[in-house]
Amino acid sequence: MTDTLSDWNLLTLVGADRPGIVSRVTRVLYECGCNLGEASMIRLGGNFTIMLMVSDARPETEILDALAPVAEELGLRLHLDPLSGGLHQHLMPNVQVRVTGADRAGIVADVTEILAEQGFNILELESDVAGERERPVYIMNIQGYSDRTIEALADALVPMAARGVSVDVSPVDVLIG
Amino acid sequence: MAILDILKLPDPRLKQVSEPVDSFDQSLRDFIADLEETRLAGPGAVGIAAPQVAHFRRIVILDLSSRPKTPNHGHLVLINPEITHWEGFAMGREGCLSVPDYTGNVIRATQIRLKAQDADGVEHQYEMEGFEARAVQHELDHLDGLLFVDRVVSRRTDLHRRKVYK
Repeated sequence: MTDTLSDWNLLTLVGADRPGIVSRVTRVLYECGCNLGEASMIRLGGNFTIMLMVSDARPETEILDALAPVAEELGLRLHLDPLSGGLHQHLMPNVQVRVTGADRAGIVADVTEILAEQGFNILELESDVAGERERPVYIMNIQGYSDRTIEALADALVPMAARGVSVDVSPVDVLIG
Repeated sequence: MAILDILKLPDPRLKQVSEPVDSFDQSLRDFIADLEETRLAGPGAVGIAAPQVAHFRRIVILDLSSRPKTPNHGHLVLINPEITHWEGFAMGREGCLSVPDYTGNVIRATQIRLKAQDADGVEHQYEMEGFEARAVQHELDHLDGLLFVDRVVSRRTDLHRRKVYK
């Protein structure tokens, strides 16, 4: 850990999805005097999920108390955890790895293990199961940073093809204009 | 020559539409020199547009000459540029001198035809593809008061997926 604890907490909320959750929760946080930082909300399996950086003008217990009624009403489970680090710590990905294959256990572990052996730092990962119900297809997109060449990474991932998983490694070219 | 101040979000002037250049004189050449110096002073920008330095004229500098593997036309000064043809689309990650510490995914045409004048007012036509085409579209947006943040799409908007499983 290079960072000591910061002013930021990480608020995690999970529950059945319905319209209006974000507005209700952020209104409470605003009225508590909290600032919001980076956030990531997505529906997973029909559930509402969000992770939200919250800077605490007040003690954590007060924030939790303020959130309790809305969490209960909306059926949300919540966590508030102290966070090290803070804003403006973005790392720029330089490699994208796209993975597709018939859904089976172990794809993620296999692919990410190979990437880890190559010193690849995953910055973003999202995955989904698509296809028909009887023939699900697993799709994963990874963006990250690596010192290795695209060719070296692609070579390292070649064994995945034998396991029926298609892996495409390509550069992420960030345009600054 | 001078390094000019770059307007940064949320400066409302970035939304201003720029006017065409009508005189190709020494003051234009002086401004282009300053604009280029400003581009080079920034963090690795392949392009810059005049409105980014609060000069609301349709002037863009583009330079991909440092990227030998990317098809490109080298260092370009584009005056009154106009895209006359678009084809294809792809998602790519963009950042901007006017939007520090943020990058996002933007969908752009992959092939374009471009018409523009140079610093002497002579008209040229360009066929551009890939990264260079993306850079031109990013810079031309500035001339119309648009930033890439106005076009950002979710990370999960994945063109690749649709292409493969159509």
